[in-house]
Formats: sequence, structure tokens, C-alpha cells
Amino acid sequence: MTACTGADEQESEPLLRLDRLSVRFLLSPRRRPGSEVRAVTDASLNLRPGRVLALVGESGCGKSVLASALLGLLPANAQVRGRARLYRPDPVELISAPESVLAGEVRGRGVGLVPQSASTHLTPVRTARAQLAEAVRALRPEAGAELVDELARRVGLRVEDLEHYPHELSGGMAQRVALALALVADPPVVLADEPTTGLDRPLVDRTMDQLGETARRGHGVLLITHDLSAARRVATDVAVMYASRIVEVGPAEEIFANPWHPYTAGLLRALPEGGFEPIPGHPPVLTELERLEREWGCVFCQRCPDMPGFAPCTGNPELIEHGGRWVAAHAPC
Amino acid sequence: MLSGTGLVAGYRKGVAVLDGIDVEVPAGRVTGLAGPSGCGKSTVARVLGLLQRPWEGRVSVDGDVVDGFRHSAPRAQRTAIGMVFQQPRPAVDPRFTLHEVVAEPLRATGRSEPIEALTEQVGLTAELLRRRPHEVSDGQLQRACLGRALALRPRYLICDEMTAMLDASTTAALVRVVDRQVEEHGTGVLAISHDEALLERWAGRVLRI
Repeated sequence: MTACTGADEQESEPLLRLDRLSVRFLLSPRRRPGSEVRAVTDASLNLRPGRVLALVGESGCGKSVLASALLGLLPANAQVRGRARLYRPDPVELISAPESVLAGEVRGRGVGLVPQSASTHLTPVRTARAQLAEAVRALRPEAGAELVDELARRVGLRVEDLEHYPHELSGGMAQRVALALALVADPPVVLADEPTTGLDRPLVDRTMDQLGETARRGHGVLLITHDLSAARRVATDVAVMYASRIVEVGPAEEIFANPWHPYTAGLLRALPEGGFEPIPGHPPVLTELERLEREWGCVFCQRCPDMPGFAPCTGNPELIEHGGRWVAAHAPC
Repeated sequence: MLSGTGLVAGYRKGVAVLDGIDVEVPAGRVTGLAGPSGCGKSTVARVLGLLQRPWEGRVSVDGDVVDGFRHSAPRAQRTAIGMVFQQPRPAVDPRFTLHEVVAEPLRATGRSEPIEALTEQVGLTAELLRRRPHEVSDGQLQRACLGRALALRPRYLICDEMTAMLDASTTAALVRVVDRQVEEHGTGVLAISHDEALLERWAGRVLRI
């Protein structure tokens, strides 16, 4: 299958390419014999420089597991299949790379992480400046202390804010410190995992704008979020994830204006400005996915309203290309 | 009506978070409370939920002025007000099943009523009710927290950023549960959120601080 972002394939070489990446967790045979959690199934994505790719979906759909897989931070009972290739600074196969490569070349250098809940991510007993300076010494020993001030300015912090301890920073300021930390080594890929949890709308907008600015400077940003309004503000491309599978990928404007997959359409209709209609039912339990796909053809069928103009579920969960966009199963014919 | 008049409250001596504000939550309606982070929205929730004594001003429930807060609040007043918080995970005992979470207020007040109608209303299946918090998503756990808040059929419900951590579909589903409670039982709701688009759609009237 072709990997995809919806962007023009000729546009530029990707920074990160996922090819049928799958992650399973084996549960203890004593508690649940033979059962496994399917957290990510056959995820294929491309992230290019200058783009913000938003991976959206409800909590528990596998978004954060995908992020952990890219950083080599999965627990020991995880089984990973497929490929995830990081192209810069040097090509690395993220799934098979040894820990020494992940620690030395990937985390921080190749992929900068902007974490969920920045204020608890920072060390409480040291000032923001001390933490930034430490990261600069470790990742950019050739750079001087000026880099700390420059990074602060770049993310919209005043230089004097750096003298504060994390508990003295507001949520928005802590978020900016975390972004500055992620940018220390100028990593080609910035991975933001629910970066706006607990922030109010003006701060969410501001954080999003900074991620957009980061992309305009040539980074590729993978934004993982459940907040569609936030994604809409900044994303150039959107991938929608449901029950471990990516069900739709395409340019953000087109997806928001004209969603193809009924799950995407349902999410948009659930927004206050979209009608406030919840999608009926619950997302399936991740241990049940195999059975659901076997019996129903796809994992969304039980919650799927009839979509006029769409073919009935083909029972084929693979992404199908159509006019530069990709959609699973419920493809238009 | 659940109301606070001239509320002054805070955490550190001399630093008032609320500076003499008035809040009225009438029965049978959803009243929104909006404002940026750190403006005191959650302090309003704590004071009106009788979890924190204001330094000045008074709180009254259906015309009765509240004398005691926290554990010294009379049970009739405490149980008249249900609360749902932003983060469901720290709000539940991790050892309880979701069934026990929802039934806890009934157990604590010595009542034994079936909760099936309630759990169905908040959208929890029998299978989900057998699980413990670490086995469910934030959205499913928040459904249980809403069920718990409604278990004693409170006359007032305070939703402090109830949907801030939830995806769009679960948000819409929980708002629908609360709206039904307002229509069928005349519950007065204080919906606190920083999301203006949500409050505009949800609340008849929005207060700003």
C-alpha cells in the first residue's frame, strides 16, 4: 500500500514515514488467556517538512501508543510490526534501532517531544533556565549560553521568565518552556502529544500558532490531539484514528469541509458548532477488535449511521486512495 | 436557586481569588460560567459546592443560608448539590469498579436503590461497570463520575470543566445527559468552562469573571 499524507507526493522528501506500523500488547495469560490489545493497526503516514500533521481521535484509540512507538518508549510486552523510518538527520529505522541509537540520535536530536501537561514534565526543583541550559549542554555542546535566550525568545518567553521555577510558571508559560526544550537540538520532527491539556482557549490557540510557526521554519510537526478545534487552527494535514486504525487521511481543509469517513463526519457533527450530536454507542474495547473486524468487516460499523452517497462497508479496513485523499472501508464509489 | 452573594474567597492569606462576586444558579436551567485560566472559576465551584468556606459573603440553597462547609455542612444541603470535576481519574478510588463508583453516594447515605436506570442514562454498559478505572478511558470514567454526581438526584449540579479532557463525541453525549436531567427533574446546572463555543451552545445564560 502507498503511504500517504494527502500532500502532493512530489512535493518533498518525507522526514518520517510510517509503513503499516502495528503495535500489540500481549496480556498476561493468567488473567486473560490468549488475549491481546491492538493499540495500533497498520498505520501508514508521511510527515514532510513544513507540514503540521494532526493525528486526531478519541481517548484510548491508540494515538499516544503510536507516539511512544516512534520514540522507542513502549513497555516490554509490546509487539511491534511494520516500519517507521526517520530520514533526518541520518536515516534510522525506529522500530529495529537499538536503544543506543534511539537515545543518542533519535530522542531530542531527531524527534523533539512536546509532552502532555508541561508543568509536571519539568523538574520542579530547578529553574527553567537551568533545565534549558542542561539540554543545550547535552545536545548542542558547541552552542553557547546565548542559545538559551534565543530559544526563549523564539517560543515567546521573556528572558526573565526563565529565572522561575516550574511552579511559578503559568500553564501556558510551562508549555512554552517545554516547546523550547523540544527545539534545543533543532530536531527535524517535533512530536506534540496532547500539548494543550488543561490550557484555556487563548493558550491553546497560542500553543497551536507556535507549532505552526515551528513547521514554517522547516520542521515537520506531528500533532496528537483529541481537540478538533485546535487541530483545525493549525493542521495542514489530518489523520483520523479510530479503534487503533487510521481511517482517513488528507489535507486538513478538505477533511474539515467534506469528511469522507462516517467517523470523521460524526466527530465534526459532535462539535458545538457542528450540531452537538454525539456519535451513538461507545468505541470498541481494544481487545475485541479482531473479533469485530471478523464479524462486521470494520470496527466502526456498529456505530455507523447510513451515510448517503457512500458505498456500504466493503469489509476492507485498508485505506483506499481517491483523488489524493485516503479513506478506509466506507469509500465513495 | 443556588446562590452566592458577595463571595470573597482564596487560598493564601491576603490573596483573594474571588473578590466579592455574585453567582445565581436557578433551578431548571443551565447557567454558564466562563473566564480564562486562573480567574477563579473553580473556586466558585468549590464554594458553591460547599467544599470551601468563603472569607466573606454567603451561599444559600433554595433560600436557606449555608452555615457549615465541608464536613460540617448539613447532609441535606450537601446532597442537594452534585459535582463533576475536570479530571475523572484523580476523582475516583482506583480500587472501585465503575459500579461501585456510581453507587458510592447511595452506600454512604445508607440507601440501597438499583442504579441500572442511572448507569444506562449516562451510557455505561454492564460490561463497563465491572471494570476498574485503569481499564477504561477518560471518557468512560467521566461518565461514571457524572453518574455518581446524579446518584442522589441532586437539585443542583456543578460541572467544573467536565468535558475539557474529552473528545467531541463524548462531550456532546455528556452534555445531552445533563440536559435531560434539567428537563426531567428541573435540576439547576452551573456549567463552568473556558470553551465559549461550548457554553454558547449549552447554557441559556453565561456569566463571565
